[in-house]
Amino acid sequence: MSTTPTIPRHMQRDRFAPVPETQAARDEDDFPTIRTSLGTTARLITRYADVREVLGDAERFSNEGLPPLPTPDGEDRRAGNLLATDPPEHTRLRRLLTGEFTVKRIRRLEPRITEIVDEHLDAMEAAGPPADLVSAFALPVPSLVICELLGVPYADRDDFQTRSTRQIDLSLSLEERGRVAAESRAYMGELVDRARSAPGDDMLGMLIREHGDDLTRSELIGIASLLLIAGHETTANMLGLGTLALLRAPDQLAHVRDEPDAVAPAIEELLRFLSVVHSGIPRSVRHDTTVGGRPVAAGELLVLSLPAANRDPAATDHPDDLDVTRAVAPHVAFGHGVHHCLGAPLARAEMAVAFPALLRRFPGLALGIPFDEVEFRSATVVHGLRALPVTW
Amino acid sequence: MRIQADRDVCIGAGNCVLAAEDVFDQDDDAVVEVLQDHPGPDQESEVRNAVAQCPSGALSLVDD
Repeated sequence: MSTTPTIPRHMQRDRFAPVPETQAARDEDDFPTIRTSLGTTARLITRYADVREVLGDAERFSNEGLPPLPTPDGEDRRAGNLLATDPPEHTRLRRLLTGEFTVKRIRRLEPRITEIVDEHLDAMEAAGPPADLVSAFALPVPSLVICELLGVPYADRDDFQTRSTRQIDLSLSLEERGRVAAESRAYMGELVDRARSAPGDDMLGMLIREHGDDLTRSELIGIASLLLIAGHETTANMLGLGTLALLRAPDQLAHVRDEPDAVAPAIEELLRFLSVVHSGIPRSVRHDTTVGGRPVAAGELLVLSLPAANRDPAATDHPDDLDVTRAVAPHVAFGHGVHHCLGAPLARAEMAVAFPALLRRFPGLALGIPFDEVEFRSATVVHGLRALPVTW
Repeated sequence: MRIQADRDVCIGAGNCVLAAEDVFDQDDDAVVEVLQDHPGPDQESEVRNAVAQCPSGALSLVDD
């Protein structure tokens, strides 16, 4: 395990699981106080019911009181960032986007997702084993999908992938992350300006054509930046970690590979078991109140451990076991409440195509190094693997 | 058992459609549409699952 003391406790993992002290917090009488990546303190919420209570109540728990994140050009980095806005502003912004992510709209993308998946599997097969599954498959597939959907040139991927990884890497200083964020905004600003003069058929073009008068340039940049980062960092890490988890459970891998009806429930179980996003964004307590009957004070910051909640025995039997045959795997891997992941239908569709396609293409897929040598990514906002050497 | 859906509260996550496709749909803005507000006994478990997985609290079940 490669965690260092500087990593906030809610981001520390023991391979797939949250660290034992975070798991144990569910049984403690009080909410533990932890230090956040910004150096402030927060209360850690770990029970499934408590996490749902906090995230499900935007009246009592909000962004109010969180420090603004100014950029060097004087703009507020929160503009257009859905996660950082509260209703009714949040409702206005989210409603502009939800139509693009309906279950029906996403189903129409499935043929293109399948082509992208197949092209990457073809390339892996042609190059022959071994391969790094992260760089050959898990990262490029969702990255290309979100680029096409959003209207970001895929040719720019090396730059924006590096930037997005650095922006969520907490081992870098705040200044460094701020500098990368500013670069990222400048890049997205150019794309927004280009799309404003010639809006394409993609999501950025749609936003400008249909809502160009309602959205400021800053808001467009904020929305596009969030979708770009959220669109590939999350699914990419689910594909990498999910493949590793299945390789560790060959019977379950075979079930997902051979039974088409097993795929959708297996994805929910992998979402629950892996919970790649360590925490929902911190919520600020607006007035003195209680969570699960226990007091929290006005102004306190609450950090919600999604993986701890998803391994709460009160919500799931044998929560530390991966079991893709569960009838229902209740989870908060996509969050809960008004900030529930907008892209969840897209993420599910990508995984539903990618996992079975990978496993059927390479029935002999195997880990290329001993499990103990697999490098888990630490100190990033999204859990994942640095690389996943595989053979077949 | 009757389904109540509050379209003002719905955030368009689509979890209900995935849980019970014969019972729920979304309009063009992703807001929930209830296709059958009195689901049959064979649909009860998937409907309960859909209500439990609704992130916004827009869905509820009432006895009538």
